[in-house]
Amino acid sequence: MKMLDEFRDPNLAMKLVESIQALAKRRWTIMEVCGGQTHGLLRHGIDEELKDVVELLHGPGCPVCVTPSIAIDHAIKLASQPGFLLATFGDMLRVPGSSISLLHSQAQGANVQMVYSPLDAVKLAQERPGTQVVFLAVGFETTAPATALAVLQADALGLDNFSVLSAHVRVEPAMEAIVKAADCRVNGFLAAGHVCTITGYRSYQVFARRYRTPIVVTGFEPVDLLDGIHRCVQLLEADSPQVVNAYARIATCEGNPNALELLERVFDVGDRAWRGLGLMPNGGLQLKSKYVGYDAVARFGLSNRCEAHAEECQSGAVMSGKILPPQCPHFGSRCTPASPLGAPMVSTEGACSAYYRYTGLGARSHERREIVI
Amino acid sequence: MEPAASWHCPTNFDSEPDRVTLAHGEGGRGSREFLRQHILKRFPQVANSMSDAACLTTHQSHLAFTTDSFVVAPLFFPGGDIGKLAVIGTANDLAVSGAKPMWLSLSLIIEEGFSVTVLERILDSIAATAAEVDMTIVTGDTKVVPRGCVDGLFINTSGIGVLLPEHVKHARSLIPGDVILVSGPIGQHGFAVLASREKFEMQSELTSDCGLLWPAVAALHAANIPTKTIRDATRGGMAAVLHEWADACGHSLCIDQNQIPVTSEVRGLSELLGIDPLFVANEGTMLVAVPASVADMALEVLRAVPISRHSQRIGVVEPRQIVPVSVIRTLKRRIPLDEPLGAMLPRIC
Repeated sequence: MKMLDEFRDPNLAMKLVESIQALAKRRWTIMEVCGGQTHGLLRHGIDEELKDVVELLHGPGCPVCVTPSIAIDHAIKLASQPGFLLATFGDMLRVPGSSISLLHSQAQGANVQMVYSPLDAVKLAQERPGTQVVFLAVGFETTAPATALAVLQADALGLDNFSVLSAHVRVEPAMEAIVKAADCRVNGFLAAGHVCTITGYRSYQVFARRYRTPIVVTGFEPVDLLDGIHRCVQLLEADSPQVVNAYARIATCEGNPNALELLERVFDVGDRAWRGLGLMPNGGLQLKSKYVGYDAVARFGLSNRCEAHAEECQSGAVMSGKILPPQCPHFGSRCTPASPLGAPMVSTEGACSAYYRYTGLGARSHERREIVI
Repeated sequence: MEPAASWHCPTNFDSEPDRVTLAHGEGGRGSREFLRQHILKRFPQVANSMSDAACLTTHQSHLAFTTDSFVVAPLFFPGGDIGKLAVIGTANDLAVSGAKPMWLSLSLIIEEGFSVTVLERILDSIAATAAEVDMTIVTGDTKVVPRGCVDGLFINTSGIGVLLPEHVKHARSLIPGDVILVSGPIGQHGFAVLASREKFEMQSELTSDCGLLWPAVAALHAANIPTKTIRDATRGGMAAVLHEWADACGHSLCIDQNQIPVTSEVRGLSELLGIDPLFVANEGTMLVAVPASVADMALEVLRAVPISRHSQRIGVVEPRQIVPVSVIRTLKRRIPLDEPLGAMLPRIC
């Protein structure tokens, strides 16, 4: 892990901070797209360290946060039926649907199992021929290829007890929606390095030119994040809306051709309702008609109509950079990790969770609550 | 008695409060509040101590008494098995209370259909570990329950130890200036069990730290180190212990990330899963708080004992601030360390 230590070197990090401070002639507003990056930035206090020269806005790249509540409701409904097993990633379990979370449904008797890979869910289906195994598939282009592989594997094995509740989403349409909004304040983006590892970043070059917004492909360690911000400020100061790869040790312009081929074979691009952000044109991945037999919504006759219900959670405003989590009236009072109003407070990639955990605001609100009780 | 209608779970983990969730058993705040609200208020004697073992006084000697249940899956993992864990876990609760582990009870709850060969392997491990740590199993019980009622095998052990003349004090004795030491690399046990349960394929084997802490505690005592308090960082990891200490003493604790020993295997898995090793369970690693004046000496003593040879000085007790526990991260900034709420769930990407 020497490689990682290099990207955590405190001296290197401090040098980058000084360099960014010297470089910026004005205060720039930069949005990191990925929730993992949001947590990295706050965990190391990078936002505070740079606050005089860079305002960091936190983007929509928390896959759990944008998964519509109807997907969780569907998952709970299926998991609660005899003969069903609902498998999904750990981070989904605490997220509330329109009423309860999968973790709560599990305590009430629903059959829910955490898995680390969609392929584990296929294995579960193989091992339990009498059980309908449904995989709640969430995530961006990073996790979608593994879901595609799971569907192909189930198909090759002829499994009739495996299906997918697909809530996969695409990053770029969300970035586009943010930059097109009339009140957009974003000057530059830090793109998610791991997404670019799959997708490459050729399409960002068109995006950067079209919207005159520089994009830096950025990693996740403190030095990675500071390097990404540094390069973004360089581009902004030079008025040069280009794409720069600051994660070249992993991401390439063309991405991962094998993963892209898997996506191509199994998924179509389609419109998708994002939690908090509404309908995102071309914002989702849905199973191709050839694989409709593996689509749990179709197979089990679930309603795909998204019931419009007002959520108190202001995740949309947070994830489009309109407000920072502490500006939400519910932050730390009615909404806490133990009692969340929405996903960003419980997901390990949620912006509200990052503020609650790493800024001390959570401790303050917790104390306040204890005094009230 | 309060009217039933006003009852509500303070953790608010559930819109239906009358259910125990897994989060209530994972260490950290969820567990602590659950204990306080439902168990300790009925057993005030336990509530008054709330440390790893109860101190009992007889007319001849001071004893420590503790109990623990073991439900680990899988039953065998790199560096140990449920049997070894059942002995070490209870022995360590005594050790960190400043008591030499002496006697052990052993209760087995076995699932119908469990392999006798596997059971014997585990019993051999229990016997070997008890001999190794010089504890005598003096009583026991065996129950077999219908298939599905337990996951293979659950074990409960209770232990009695003889307290050192100078007791390890309670965490409420901590004062600003005290120094916090850790006895070895953190996160080994939790990640080793996880990697083994989920069959992660790794280049090098990650081994549990499951081991007896008594030699390290005894060495501190032999060297006349006036130890403030000791705690083995089991469920909820180091973060849970630090929060318990901050809660008990009313001061704040600050640790330095760069001083905390972490092996490359744990670091790698922690990066992969997005789980901070500070929140991951240990079974042979303890936190020790000592007055600043003896910190260097304590470190030297600990490093001379095999189980604690990688000891490090990691933090200090400070006057109370709003944030009870903070970590100095990469940019030398103090960042609050939150208390584990429930199970650490791996991130998605």
